[in-house]
Amino acid sequence: MDQFVQQLLNGLFLGAIYALIALGYTMVYGVLRFINFAHGDVFMLGAFGGLYVHKALAPLLNALPWPLALAVVMLASMAICAALGIAIEYFAYRPLRNRPRLNVLITAIGVSLFIEYTGQLVFGATQQPFPAIIPRQNISGLGGLTVTMTQVIVVVVTTALLIGLRYIVMRTRLGLAMRALSLNPTAAALMGVNTSVVISFTFGLGSALAAAGGILYASLYPSVDPFMGIQPGIKAFVAAVLGGIGNIPGAALGGMIIGVVETLVTGYSQKLGIPSGYKEGVAFIILILILLFKPSGLLGKVEREKV
Amino acid sequence: MQIRNRAFLLLGLFGVVTAGLTGCKKGGDAAADADTIVIGEVAALTGGTATFGQSSHAGTQMAIDEVNAAGGVLGKKIKLVTEDDQSKQGEAGIVAKKLVSREKVVALLGEVASGRSLEMAPIAQKAGIPMISPASTNPKVTETGDFIFRVCFIDPFQGTVMAKFALARGWKKVAVMTDVTQDYSVGLSQYFKEYFTKNGGTIVGEQSYASGDKDFKAQLTSVKEGAPDAILASGYYNEVGLMSTQAKELGIQAPLLGGDGWDSPSLVQVAGKSIEGSFFSNHFSNEDTAPRIQEFVTKYKAKHGTIPDAMAALGYDSAMILVDAIKRAGTTEGKALRDAIAATKDFEGITGKISLDAKRDANKPAVVLTIKDGKFVYVETVAP
Repeated sequence: MDQFVQQLLNGLFLGAIYALIALGYTMVYGVLRFINFAHGDVFMLGAFGGLYVHKALAPLLNALPWPLALAVVMLASMAICAALGIAIEYFAYRPLRNRPRLNVLITAIGVSLFIEYTGQLVFGATQQPFPAIIPRQNISGLGGLTVTMTQVIVVVVTTALLIGLRYIVMRTRLGLAMRALSLNPTAAALMGVNTSVVISFTFGLGSALAAAGGILYASLYPSVDPFMGIQPGIKAFVAAVLGGIGNIPGAALGGMIIGVVETLVTGYSQKLGIPSGYKEGVAFIILILILLFKPSGLLGKVEREKV
Repeated sequence: MQIRNRAFLLLGLFGVVTAGLTGCKKGGDAAADADTIVIGEVAALTGGTATFGQSSHAGTQMAIDEVNAAGGVLGKKIKLVTEDDQSKQGEAGIVAKKLVSREKVVALLGEVASGRSLEMAPIAQKAGIPMISPASTNPKVTETGDFIFRVCFIDPFQGTVMAKFALARGWKKVAVMTDVTQDYSVGLSQYFKEYFTKNGGTIVGEQSYASGDKDFKAQLTSVKEGAPDAILASGYYNEVGLMSTQAKELGIQAPLLGGDGWDSPSLVQVAGKSIEGSFFSNHFSNEDTAPRIQEFVTKYKAKHGTIPDAMAALGYDSAMILVDAIKRAGTTEGKALRDAIAATKDFEGITGKISLDAKRDANKPAVVLTIKDGKFVYVETVAP
């Protein structure tokens, strides 16, 4: 029983990270109706941003209590990535805004490869250890269960960002503009919404979330490389589709499901008699099943094509 | 028959014409070729196992530089052409082909990872040029053909060494973590299990993962259930480092056991304190006090500023054995060179006395190292 609960916990913590990345996919899709495949790479840049900010400010950060140091590193990296996200949109996607959606989609794949290989050139292809900003210690008093400080921080930060995001989208004027754009871009523009500003803002926000995800991921698995964004990026994309793409709570739910399923399949593969390498396979089978019976995803709304 | 011959003739003619053309175009190169011997090297200079390739390349280059400084071999200088395979499966074969067909190398050195050596081997075999792998320990590598050699021991031996070591420490229950995407890891786990179970040990858990995985908590939580005395982590350093931290986080106190795939400074950088007290088998220890080894360590340190690891020593040995064979063969023609390499006996290498056996593998002892205060510390030597 203990083992099962432990596996469930492992899965939930992993899922929290997927959820954080999935939010970025879902937000951009919600507003622009296209999948930003470069999102996983912004996630990677976030982790590297954290690494370099930490290197540059090491003497200062070591003097600060660690939660403050983490906040500094995270905010700095989020700011860098938000700027990068806005730049990516401005240079790569904006010129294609009124072209068929497929063009932007393929451009996104190009941007993704561009970031990965430029990353290899700039950072080097070798894995680098990520500093232990969050102290590596276990939370005591849970009986046979182990939960690390890092895992707790991951869940706390993810929840905080989720609530913050929900607030921005539902309660602010920019959020209102985002929702209007998502409903009907032409009508929104006619009503005086500055679509360019809103789209830039969306990209910046999504990229900042990816950066936060990157730093948390690198804190959990302290080894970063330019290709680290690919695997979590794909999983988060699946999570976003699973939960209903364009839907923020859906992305969070999808992330959790993928994380838990993956962990349980790996953990019990020996008993079930399937190789643990099939963890991704099982996650995708679940996705296919859900899409078969509920094509809009778990929490997605059915949209009828208007003729 | 007739048609085929004519086709061959045409091909031959085409070959002569193109050779003539390229010859005209870069006549200068052709003249330079007359007094250099070109040796190809495939190494993972970047990517997941980059420290392996960087080290073995540094060792190989050092050997070639020394030979050249001493006047070269057969009156010619040696030119080492190195290609990076980015630690990628598939890439090693491509760059090996490029070295063979474009650079016209007389021999191939490399790779460290068995999976990638297995891609290069058929290419060298088909081209009829010898290949020496510095550190691929999977038996299948040299089974590819009679032109493929290695200067290291093989996994059945390495697996046995670690199994013996575990049994000698009284560890009867061992769990196994295998990287199923690496031939090396799969082989090592298999040979470990064979010897271990035959001699009274029990395998209390078998888990697998893939290169590039970062989360091992699911597997480790299952492993913990079996309460192992030790865990065999037969993969490469990058995943083992992460695995080690996560094992400690889950409260697993059992030490990890591994093979030469651990030999990288990255292991300790990523794993930190968690890897202290774990053990792995290796080709050589830079703490060895033999004067030949200490001389090598000093020279390497003077040149690269770091202490050489086993991959550097093996890279050095692979190049030196090749040069030695060229000297004895008196030619760089494939067949003669092959025979000369095969006849290598009691070669005084940095990683021990190297004799190549009938299977073209090196017979030599292994050392067991442990991690103490962030350093690899010598524990014992195990003879074959």
